[in-house]
Amino acid sequence: MHPVRKKRLLVITAIVLVLGAAVGLVMYALQQNINLFFSPSQIAMGEAPRNANIRAGGMVVKGSVKRNSDTLAVAFDVTDFQHKVTIEYRGILPDLFREGQGIVAQGKLNNDGVFEATEVLAKHDEKYMPPEITEALKNAQRSTGESAESAQSTY
Amino acid sequence: MSWAWFHKLGSPKWFFSWSKPWALPVFCFGCLSLLIGLVWGLVFAPADYQQGNSFRIIYIHVPVAMLAQSCYLALGVAGFVFLVWQMKMAPIFIKAMAPIGAVMALIALVSGAIWGKPTWGTWWVWDARLTSVLVLFFLYMGIIALQNSLDDQVLANKAAAVISVVGLINLPVIKYSVVLLETLHQGPTFTLTKKPDMPPEMWLPLLFAVIGLYCFVAGLLIWRMQSEILKREYRSSWVKQEVTEHGL
Repeated sequence: MHPVRKKRLLVITAIVLVLGAAVGLVMYALQQNINLFFSPSQIAMGEAPRNANIRAGGMVVKGSVKRNSDTLAVAFDVTDFQHKVTIEYRGILPDLFREGQGIVAQGKLNNDGVFEATEVLAKHDEKYMPPEITEALKNAQRSTGESAESAQSTY
Repeated sequence: MSWAWFHKLGSPKWFFSWSKPWALPVFCFGCLSLLIGLVWGLVFAPADYQQGNSFRIIYIHVPVAMLAQSCYLALGVAGFVFLVWQMKMAPIFIKAMAPIGAVMALIALVSGAIWGKPTWGTWWVWDARLTSVLVLFFLYMGIIALQNSLDDQVLANKAAAVISVVGLINLPVIKYSVVLLETLHQGPTFTLTKKPDMPPEMWLPLLFAVIGLYCFVAGLLIWRMQSEILKREYRSSWVKQEVTEHGL
């Protein structure tokens, strides 16, 4: 290779590597702020600020959803399989909201450690399935009983 | 190993005559595959058990999002080649590719928002994936704006190549944002290491749409590069000969 080109190659590669490293370090330093939400474990360890507008996320615990029959108020627990946090919300939940579903809530953590949400968003994963197959899976679970039930709870 | 092919690539004349028979077949194959993928995906593929029919927008969202990133990767490589080897074809490639990539990034953002409203419950959220794709769109717009606003061709070529290369850093951020960080966006649909988490009757039409869109863009790109070559090289004798023999 021509020496001039070789020099340019080295210089440009060096520039890109240095910039890449700089961006990588910035991202690493900001990691806590770039994460969209606090996990229940982070809230349990006191990493989330109280009475400030933050987001909390996790999986809705099965059987924890309590709806008020007169109003839109709803309370449920979310978990990351280590800790739990209770979320209270008054409003319309997204269609995908259900027990066992990942959600992200925006709101404030009050002094009792209860998260008062002003907005609830549903997360979904990259697993897609036709409805007939889920139906067949459920039927198979009913016939094999408890063991399959526990397998599904890890979603 | 001979580097002759690499240096030939730098010659607009050689590229023009080499690419001439390719554009139309590649473009037609792309349209056909895209059409099969979209009709199959949007009409015949099964609906999702959770999202129902709104899941079908995946057949548009995933191909354009993949193209938006691939186009940028190609821009970055072209920028690098131009800065090191000063190849004439590299800025022509950047000029032809940038608007296509920008449109892909825009469709990815818009289709993502349309998908997000019924599933997540919001059009937009400032999570790492969505924000980094918005940055990608702005990078494309920056490249287009710079190339068109500078009257000095040499300077315009260099400036566009520099942002193309520097913007490459955004690509791993987009790719790994959903893996390493907590985001509202789900993980990647297609990965090289494992099979997609859906049955074949769902991912096969998606594969058709992805391959189709790649070929569609390749055909479009060749045509755009050819017209850019004619525009830049209009003084040379081979262009005059080409035009007098075959017309425009």
